Amino acid sequence: MDLTVIWAFIIAFAVFAYVVMDGFDLGIGILFPTFQVGSERDRAMNSIAPVWDGNETWLVLGGGGLMAAFPLAYAVILPATYPLIIAMLLGLVFRGVAFEYRWRDPNHRQFWDAAFAGGSLVAAMAQGMTLGALLQGIEVVDRAYAGSWFDWLTPYTLLTGLGTVAGYALLGATWLVWKLDGTGQAKARQLGKISALATIVLLGAVSLYNLVLNAEYAERWMTAPEIYFAAPVPILTAIVAVALIRSLKAERHSKPFWLSLALFFFGMAGLGVTMWPYVVPPGLTIWDAAAPEKSQIFMLIGVAITLPLILAYTAWAYWVFRGKVGDEGYH
Amino acid sequence: MFDGLDALLLARIQFAFTVSFHFIFPSFSIGLASYLMVLEGLWLKTSKQLYLDLFKYWVKIFAIAFAMGVVSGIVMSYQFGTNWSVFSDKAGPVIGPLMAYEVLTAFFLEAGFLGVMLFGMNKVGKRLHFAATCMVALGTFISAFWILSVNSWMQTPVGHVMGANGQFLPGDSWFDIVFNPSFPYRLVHTLMATYLTTAFVVGGVGAWHLLKDRSNAHARKMFSMAMWMAVTVAPLQIFAGDMHGLNTLEHQPQKVMAMEGHYDSHPNGAPLILFGIPNSEEKRVDYAIEIPKASSLILKHDPNAPLAGLDTIPDDEEPPVGIVFWSFRIMVGIGFAMLGIGLWSLLARFRNRLYEWPGLHRAALIMAPSGFVAVIAGWITTEVGRQPYVVYGLMRTADAASPLDAPAVGASLLAFVLVYFAVFGAGTMYILRLMGKRPHTGELGAKRGDTGPIRTAGITPGPTQNPGGAEALPTDKEDV
Repeated sequence: MDLTVIWAFIIAFAVFAYVVMDGFDLGIGILFPTFQVGSERDRAMNSIAPVWDGNETWLVLGGGGLMAAFPLAYAVILPATYPLIIAMLLGLVFRGVAFEYRWRDPNHRQFWDAAFAGGSLVAAMAQGMTLGALLQGIEVVDRAYAGSWFDWLTPYTLLTGLGTVAGYALLGATWLVWKLDGTGQAKARQLGKISALATIVLLGAVSLYNLVLNAEYAERWMTAPEIYFAAPVPILTAIVAVALIRSLKAERHSKPFWLSLALFFFGMAGLGVTMWPYVVPPGLTIWDAAAPEKSQIFMLIGVAITLPLILAYTAWAYWVFRGKVGDEGYH
Repeated sequence: MFDGLDALLLARIQFAFTVSFHFIFPSFSIGLASYLMVLEGLWLKTSKQLYLDLFKYWVKIFAIAFAMGVVSGIVMSYQFGTNWSVFSDKAGPVIGPLMAYEVLTAFFLEAGFLGVMLFGMNKVGKRLHFAATCMVALGTFISAFWILSVNSWMQTPVGHVMGANGQFLPGDSWFDIVFNPSFPYRLVHTLMATYLTTAFVVGGVGAWHLLKDRSNAHARKMFSMAMWMAVTVAPLQIFAGDMHGLNTLEHQPQKVMAMEGHYDSHPNGAPLILFGIPNSEEKRVDYAIEIPKASSLILKHDPNAPLAGLDTIPDDEEPPVGIVFWSFRIMVGIGFAMLGIGLWSLLARFRNRLYEWPGLHRAALIMAPSGFVAVIAGWITTEVGRQPYVVYGLMRTADAASPLDAPAVGASLLAFVLVYFAVFGAGTMYILRLMGKRPHTGELGAKRGDTGPIRTAGITPGPTQNPGGAEALPTDKEDV
């Protein structure tokens, strides 16, 4: 397999890892206003306090990795979605510091809780809209973005933004179903059902919209032989969606979260089928934007050594803080 | 409102603003992570409660500084693409992999072990917790390694070839790129700067509490440790800075010309201008106070050695002299003031007055934030001094910016300014509030999870009832 393809998969993995890991803690931020002030909010926050920082590092890997492996894509996508990226970054600033600040300043805890919720919502919406802006196509002339600075704002990107918000809320709610007990868990389960429905509907809507958005996308999904690779994706997605709703109704603890991850996985696979082999549709393929082989090899060595270690100690950190939050607290 | 300014200038202001704000936090947290590692190590070795107390006192402050560093750092990882997309496309194949290595070997290490370091003491046991603290400290160090390699390559680019599409491409050896000529000097100089910055913050906090109560054992210990650091690292730093300057003279002579204020060449030994007002229009330093031949003595180790001036450099390659001249003097001045405090503390130790000399404590308190000023001044010197280039000698800053309109860059700049001052202003206030609390026996760590179950039980305990939950409660005014 050629190195550029390997790198496309590594970046896709980083993006997926980011989306599901920061996805659930951004989701908790999105749902935060529905939790009661006091124990409910504190426990929701405590369930992610030890891990959010590591989760967000995947975003830096996604951005840094894109610059390193596909510098031209990085140089085109960011100016094209400039206001979205800035909004996302500022949203992440507010929500990131809220983890510390809300405990340090009880008199302004309300404010920092609002900053946590608002920052999470803005970041999620901006990420979803950035994805939409990429899918709907970015105009490139002479190795640079050639559109205007509001091209990203369309009904389609609003739809992808809302879909992402719903999806993150689903991840957040199912995470809390797993990590909380008692009334907090019951509430999370209720929120999980609502956000699961919203996610499934919006995922379907975006998928259908993709077919009219770009003739090439439709062709990939509708004609042989591609359809044989593509068809299992929506079928498996539908099976997972049904299982997810059932697991929420059956009052399972960790299962809804794992099924939500599976839903995201198939969503990502569908995205891969849609975009392949473009990194910036409609003009730049992964080979157009790829870094030279020497850069790819140098980084691949680093990834091969460090990624297994990163996954191992990240798993360990999650393991250390396993179990229900609030049973014992982090003493 | 941005009509008078062009997009390039706004993008430069934005980068300077976001990176200056960002670097304040790592310049503190790199040093503080090492300090925490030392404190916990001493605790494990000696079993003295004092060290554990100090660890817990500083780890709360570290948590806030680290959070601010993380969120402002994420902004930096996207600044290259949002505002400097041409640079990212052209230099990405060379610097991109180094930055990817920073994420893989440093950021994940820090973030992965931070949770255990902050909240995991009783979950994993002492030894494993200490290992987590060491990993966080190691991560901050590795992070500095890679990002300074990137910056140094941009200052002294070697080891690359030019591609047909205008990209910088890696040459035969990555070793040449990573260990480019200015990198070892910059790494040592910057790391020592972070240690000094932290030492003076810790020393300042210790001094503040000694001024209020000179018998406080915790304040004594932190002040003493900080002063040992100051007296050993400050002279080393001055020496390393001098070496770095000689390296700069070799590779970026016009930066040194601007630092020295040498508009004219001096064939028979150049004077050291202590103070003066650079006048770039007339190309001279007004009201200069200078020591004849001293600059040649420092830079060439020969009072009569000739030194070229900016008159040998084309006007369009000249860095802005005034900024570089002044920022350099601020940095050096603070460096010598730090050395002065260090020597004063040594004298106090010999006279057995280290904890009983209010003058020294007041001076240390005033110097507490000096490291930050010196660090920012130093970065301004080196970054402004390499203008008009972003990749020195090869790519001009003016050719590196994104194809954006001035209102877009201006609006985002305004947003960054407002948000940063509000958010990081609040964080600084919280840190100062923690520093204002008297360090004491039985210090609480950064734990917070215990507020959850306590509230669930429907009790709102006062600090005396439940010291474990005290710090998260509004009534917490302990020892202020």
